[in-house]
Amino acid sequence: MLILEDVHTHYGKIEALHGVSVEVNKGEIVSLIGANGAGKTTLLMTVCGTPQASAGRVLLEGRDITHEATSNIMRSGIAIVPEGRRVFPGLTVEENLHMGGFFNTKAEIRKSQDHVYELFPRLKEREQQRAGTMSGGEQQMLAIGRALMSKPRMIILDEPSLGLAPIIIQQIFEIIGQLREEGITVFLVEQNAHQALSLADRGYVLETGRIRLHDTGTNLLANPEVREAYLGG
Amino acid sequence: MQDLLYFFQQLINGLTIGSAYALIAIGYTMVYGIIGMINFAHGEVYMIGAYTALIAITGLTAFGIAWLPLVLIVALICAVIVSSSMGWAVERVAYRPVRGRHRLIPLISAIGMSIFLQNYVHLAQGSRNIGFPALMDGGFQFGSADSFQMSLSYMQITIFITTLICMTLLSLFISRSRIGRACRAVSQDLRMANLLGIDTNRIISATFVIGASLAAVAGLLLGMYYGSVDPLFGFIAGLKAFTAAVLGGIGSIPGAMLGGLILGVAESMTSGYLSGEYKDVVSFSLLILILLFKPTGLLGKPEVEKI
Repeated sequence: MLILEDVHTHYGKIEALHGVSVEVNKGEIVSLIGANGAGKTTLLMTVCGTPQASAGRVLLEGRDITHEATSNIMRSGIAIVPEGRRVFPGLTVEENLHMGGFFNTKAEIRKSQDHVYELFPRLKEREQQRAGTMSGGEQQMLAIGRALMSKPRMIILDEPSLGLAPIIIQQIFEIIGQLREEGITVFLVEQNAHQALSLADRGYVLETGRIRLHDTGTNLLANPEVREAYLGG
Repeated sequence: MQDLLYFFQQLINGLTIGSAYALIAIGYTMVYGIIGMINFAHGEVYMIGAYTALIAITGLTAFGIAWLPLVLIVALICAVIVSSSMGWAVERVAYRPVRGRHRLIPLISAIGMSIFLQNYVHLAQGSRNIGFPALMDGGFQFGSADSFQMSLSYMQITIFITTLICMTLLSLFISRSRIGRACRAVSQDLRMANLLGIDTNRIISATFVIGASLAAVAGLLLGMYYGSVDPLFGFIAGLKAFTAAVLGGIGSIPGAMLGGLILGVAESMTSGYLSGEYKDVVSFSLLILILLFKPTGLLGKPEVEKI
């Protein structure tokens, strides 16, 4: 589904990713864990095309998207729930969702919208409310709902649990599990390593721009190195 | 009674000029809302709209076409087409190549564009002012003939109605249409809109084009109202409309409408009760006051954001 081959990414003269290879297969949940500044968000953004990889290749369903414009990439069956949620604060919940389904027909939008409201009944209640006035958890639901509106085959989540109450985090991870049931491939970036790895089929550990470890989720959870560095011993 | 009529006369004059300011101010406020920068070539886009309308009117008259509604509509369409291409070009030439650089760079390139357009018109049309043919004479008179008569000209009525139509269409477009929603989304978070697959460059171009079209409408209306145009026609009007946009709250479309009207009325009241010489002093003093005491403008709000 998504393949990164020896990807290098620069911010100006500084290299943030030093040759990263990651593979996400269809139908999988793959988690990427790593400390602050390891390059997790950079890796995701390289997939999305801003910044573009300075070397290496990014393939999406066999197509080389390394040098494609972000707007093109994001219209090819992939959607992102970015770090910090980034809902449009002045738009209503419904308008935010419609932005997610921008390139779909009215009928498709209606269908996806009903589906999102089924997953998150809370959003239905808040349909006409401005997104900026909602709580962090509700905004996270909206960000996930917005990503689902385009009926993506693959969804990328960047730190969906950041800054949320434990009970909401639980809910968010349940929904992520549910996405897999629906056949959506999930690429998850998390600092919350325990939950991210428990849910994942496979996981990658990123350290200062390089992939340090790669294994199944269960094996990584049991790995002493991972336990030491990311799970608090 | 006389005093009252005099007051209403100033009010009408102020609202007339104010609605035209509002039309121009929309262009400043929309572009600012989306890329966070002031389009300093906007006044020139407006001036070019006025010239284009004049050329179209002259051309039609030369062919013996004098049916007023037709002349106006053709002039309007020509002005909108030329000005909006100009607005599009300003974005492509002066903004897009330097976007993301230091904020001063697009500012300077836009001023360069403004100087270029002004001088181009100087060369192409001459520096002297050119008269607009009086197409719409007459109006309604109120009050007795032997004392002060208040007049509401057909031209003023046309300006009100046209502005009202433009504003209604714009509001509907922004609040209801798909592209309008995208404009709002891009102005709130350009990067995120891009991550949803939206070609933000096209949305940015669209804002420049919409702003320029409204400026062209204002150009035709004010050209006819004042009765002449010259290459500096856009300079003061641009400054005033910019003031109106800041007064109402830059980035806010209702703010630009309100700011335009307030500024227009303030100016005409100053001319009517104090002296015409002071009207610019009053408008720019208003700008300074608002910047000192309410920098976000009357209807501008600081962003609501929860982390």
